[in-house]
Amino acid sequence: MKPLRARLAVLLALLVAGLLLAACHGAAPLPFRLTNLTGHMPQLEFTLTNDEGKTVSAEDYRGKVVLLFFGYTHCPDVCPLTMAHLHVVMQKLGKRADDARILFVSVDPGRDTPAILHAYVNAFDSHAVGLTGKPRAVEALVKRYRSAFTREPASKDGNYEVSHSSAIYVFDRDGNPRVLFTPAGKQDDLVHDLQLLLGDGSPT
Amino acid sequence: MKHARLLALFATLSLAAVAHAGAADHVRATHAWIRVLPGALPAGGYVTLKNDSDQPVALTGASSKAYAQVMLHHSSTQGGVSRMTMVDALPVPAHGEATLAPAGYHLMLMQPNAPVTPGSTVRLLLQFSDGSSLPVDFIARPANALDDGAASAAHSGH
Repeated sequence: MKPLRARLAVLLALLVAGLLLAACHGAAPLPFRLTNLTGHMPQLEFTLTNDEGKTVSAEDYRGKVVLLFFGYTHCPDVCPLTMAHLHVVMQKLGKRADDARILFVSVDPGRDTPAILHAYVNAFDSHAVGLTGKPRAVEALVKRYRSAFTREPASKDGNYEVSHSSAIYVFDRDGNPRVLFTPAGKQDDLVHDLQLLLGDGSPT
Repeated sequence: MKHARLLALFATLSLAAVAHAGAADHVRATHAWIRVLPGALPAGGYVTLKNDSDQPVALTGASSKAYAQVMLHHSSTQGGVSRMTMVDALPVPAHGEATLAPAGYHLMLMQPNAPVTPGSTVRLLLQFSDGSSLPVDFIARPANALDDGAASAAHSGH
């Protein structure tokens, strides 16, 4: 039977070794405030057309923290409100926002041409990029993140209903999904988590 | 003398009644603004309505010379999904108010007849369930605005 003190010393040594190991491997989880997506969703992957008419893929945004948002330009209320909020978030990040990109993916690719998207995203924020493409390519991305979008056909009296996912998916510089922001979430929490992903691990 | 006064009173009252049926002087509008989007994209219109009368009224629609069509819509978010639906009427309770604000009730302004520039004003004629109507000047705000800008304008004025 070892004395208690010796046992504690061994325990402490193991603990320190464990912490060092975690630090070396960067395994210490970032203290996110939003819903943590780490390991729960696949890496960012797509091939679409950007608002300058160029074909782009997810690899083109590696090195940037990406905020992925599905919307459409003919949405007069919720989509522009979300984009206006993201503009405020970018302003709060200051210079660090240069390493972030808002990817506005149109779920209405038939109407949302690169030119329309270009004018649209630039009306909100200089870090925003509009993406459109073939309906199948957009659908694949929507499904990849289990997002949803439906537009019910107009009924006889002309009434219709549009529903779409209002969540924002945040990816780290390696394209890994990290947090999910919903309109019910606090804007400051999004700023906090983006600072973690943009910075050296500690919010400024 | 007394008779004349009564007549005058009656005249005023009936005039008021006529005015009631035409102009909605019992409803006051504040914080009226439009979020202008580029090109011919539909814009959202927002306003706070106060009903000073003893009777409830309802906003049933609006029209404008600046837009081909104006519709009353409602956005709601549940379980991470946003929905936008058309609505027939927005009640404004007696001595109460109703708010058209982002992510809730809004006027969808479609097909501008001419480009609307931020900073300009657009007149909308609001229509109510009692047959009255109210002309309101909406201030056009940039796409990334969050409100009518009155709060920040008051700030910078100091």
